[in-house]
Amino acid sequence: MRLLPVVAVVLAALVWAMVADHLWGLTFFHVAGGGLWTGIDLFVGFVVGPIIGRMSIPARMEFSSRFMPMMLLVMPTLVTVTLASGWQLARKVGTLSPYYPGHWWIVASFIVVGVMATIAIGILEPANLAVLFEMNKPQPDGVLIGRLMRRFTYTAGIMGVMQVATLIIMTRVATW
Amino acid sequence: MTGLPLRDRRLPPVDLLGTLAMALVITGGIYLASVMPGGGSLVPGVLLLCAATVVLAIAVVMLVRIPDFAWGPFRTVAFWGLLAYLVVAGMIAFAFILDGTRGQSLLLTLLMLLAFAAVVPLLLAFGVARYQEQ
Repeated sequence: MRLLPVVAVVLAALVWAMVADHLWGLTFFHVAGGGLWTGIDLFVGFVVGPIIGRMSIPARMEFSSRFMPMMLLVMPTLVTVTLASGWQLARKVGTLSPYYPGHWWIVASFIVVGVMATIAIGILEPANLAVLFEMNKPQPDGVLIGRLMRRFTYTAGIMGVMQVATLIIMTRVATW
Repeated sequence: MTGLPLRDRRLPPVDLLGTLAMALVITGGIYLASVMPGGGSLVPGVLLLCAATVVLAIAVVMLVRIPDFAWGPFRTVAFWGLLAYLVVAGMIAFAFILDGTRGQSLLLTLLMLLAFAAVVPLLLAFGVARYQEQ
């Protein structure tokens, strides 16, 4: 809850960049937001995730109770900022047009984002919230928490591949 | 069956159908974003939105028929989820309107965003409430 004003300020700055059609502002939000989104996803999936997996159940619960609320706020904000500024930027520089020679690279980026959104919202976010609710109970069910957290392990590979694909597509579009 | 705690019961595939509805909306969104700047046909987008609406309606019907469901936690999560994803959908809608999207394209985009903002709270709330006491 304490971070909500920060989110509001970030979104307000994004709206300003979009309304002003500010090239630097849009580029900043897209590059900074996208870089953080990709970096956090890969770091959590391949560094933090396996470490959590080797922790004891109480340690895992202790870590998750502080980590999950933060992720629930940070990730949707980064995704919104990256996508909204990216759309505006693509329109402004002309890469959104079907006549742009590398249009299919842009479509590929839409598909990659679609796959990531489906996994994140359909599988990971409900598990995130369910873990948080379970940990707020007087006697949390460690087995259930462990089962829900396994979803992160199962999907880390797909998310990793999608994020690497994003890096390939974006660097290709930027250097077309 | 209803005597068992909610978490031990076999529940209908509300989450699976919700995810399918969301995937259909997202596919429609990808199609629209790919062809709209060039003025392509909206028909595939309309069909995908219709399919998503039907799947979502089936999921809702299955959900309301679950006996002794944990509606309290469901409502709490659904409310906050709806609030959050209306902001997300609003930002995306704002970008399209700012770009000059108008007419049928805008209507279809807004309906897709509305479906998206409706299905996400359902997924989040069901994912939490299924492990709560009724």
